[in-house]
Amino acid sequence: MVIVINEKDNVAVALLDIAAGAEVVLPDGGRFEAVNDVPYSHKVALIDIAEGGPVIKYGESIGEAAREIRKGECVHTHNLKSEEAQR
Amino acid sequence: MSTFRGYERPDGSVGIRNHVAVLPSVACANGVVGMIASKVRGTVPLYHGHGCARAGRDLELHFRTLSNLGKHPNVGATLVVGLGCEVIRAEHLASSIASSGKPVEYLDIQSEGGSRITAEKGVARAIDLVESVSRQKRKVSGIENLTVGLECGGSDAFSGITANPSVGIAADWLVSEGGTVILTENTEMIGTSHILERRACNPEVAGQVSSMISAAEERARDILGPLASMVIAPGNMDGGMSSIQEKSLGCIAKGGTSIIQQVVDYAERPASSGLVLMDAPGYDTESMAGVAAAGAQVILFTTGRGNPIGFPVVPVIKIASTTRLYRAMQDDMDINAGAVLEGKSLTEISEEILSVLAGVIDGEPARAELNQQNGIVCLYVTNPSF
Repeated sequence: MVIVINEKDNVAVALLDIAAGAEVVLPDGGRFEAVNDVPYSHKVALIDIAEGGPVIKYGESIGEAAREIRKGECVHTHNLKSEEAQR
Repeated sequence: MSTFRGYERPDGSVGIRNHVAVLPSVACANGVVGMIASKVRGTVPLYHGHGCARAGRDLELHFRTLSNLGKHPNVGATLVVGLGCEVIRAEHLASSIASSGKPVEYLDIQSEGGSRITAEKGVARAIDLVESVSRQKRKVSGIENLTVGLECGGSDAFSGITANPSVGIAADWLVSEGGTVILTENTEMIGTSHILERRACNPEVAGQVSSMISAAEERARDILGPLASMVIAPGNMDGGMSSIQEKSLGCIAKGGTSIIQQVVDYAERPASSGLVLMDAPGYDTESMAGVAAAGAQVILFTTGRGNPIGFPVVPVIKIASTTRLYRAMQDDMDINAGAVLEGKSLTEISEEILSVLAGVIDGEPARAELNQQNGIVCLYVTNPSF
C-alpha cells in the first residue's frame, strides 16, 4: 500500500488513501501506524525527522522538515519547506 | 539483451529500422512529399512546417534537425524534396546528409516543372532507393551502438512514482552496458540544478547543466509571466507534490542515477556514450524531434493521462503510469507500470521495459508504429518567423 522509490528515502508514497490510525504496510512487510490521514500519492514519514532535517525521496532532498515530523505522519507543504517554494 | 540486430550504416551508426525517408526541405513541399510517400511502400514522410523565413539560431537548429533526421540510423536512404526559393535548400540539405555516406537524392518542384511531375519523378527515385536499402540485412551489434531517448507526456501524479522510476532503472542498465541515454525536457529539470550538477562528469559539464536549467527557468518566467508558477511551483499540480524539487525529480527519475557525460544542444548528436542531457523544451513533440535527430533509434515515453504520439522514423514505446490508463488506452500502451500500484516492484517493471525494448529493437512494432502515429515533425523555434 506504500512504495519506497529509493532505498535512501525517509518517506514512502501512499498507493491508496490511508486513514489516521490505520496500519501502513511496507513492501518488505514492515508495519507502523499512520499518525494522520495520508491521501493516495501523498507521502508518509518512515522515520522521525528532526526539524530542519532533509526529507528524502528519489534518493535526494526534496526540502527540509519545517518542524519535527513523526514516523507515520503525512509529509506535505504544511511540514516541509524548500528554498524554491519560498520564492 | 547484451547485443541487438541492426542495419549497419556507412557512418558507423546502426539502425533498428530500414526506412527510406522522404524529407521536405520546406513546408511548401509537404504535398509532393505526401504524393510520393503514399505511393511507395517502405518510405516514410517527414512532414514539418519550416524551412524558410528564419535566420540565426532557428535556421541553425532547423538545418541541423532536418539534416540529422536524413542521416538518422533508422533511415537507409533519403529523398529530399524542395521548392526552389526557400532558405533551407534541398540541394544543401541533400549534400549535408550525403556526408553520412548513405544514398541521398533531391528534387526541386520549381525546376522540375510543378507538383505532379516532381511527384512522378520522386516516386521512381523512391522505388529505386527502397530497392537498394532492402538488400541490407540485420547484423549483430553491441549496446554501445544503441541510443535511447526518454520522454514523458501527459504526466499524472503517478508518472513520477511508477513509470519514470522504472524507466530510470532501465536507463541505468543501458548505461552500464555501454549504451547512450538522452534525457531532455529542460523545463522539467527546474529546481534540480544542484542535484544534476553533482552528477556531472566534470566541472565544465556541471556548468553547462546549470546554464541550461537557469535559462529554462528564465524562459518559463518570461513566457508565462504570472503563470510561471504553473511549471515552477508545486502547489497547483498537487497530487502530493510538496516542492518543485520533488516534482522535477519525478520527471528526471527517467534518466536514472548515472553520471552525466555531456550536455548537447537541440538535435545535436552526442559525442560520448552514457547519460546525456539535451537542451530541449518540455513540449514532448518538439523535444522528441530533437532526441530523434540526435540519433536515438528508439524512445521510451511515459504517460499518465495517455498520449498516443509516435515519431515517423523512430519507434516510441509507451509506458502507462496506471492500470486505469493502460486499460483505457490499451491500443496505444506497450507497458503497464501501473502494476507497481498492485504490488509489482519498480525493478520488475524495468525488466519488462527492457524486454519490450529488446523486441522492438529487433523489429517487433511498438503500438505507436502499429497505429501509424507518425504525425508531423515538430521543430523547436526560439523566435517568430519573418
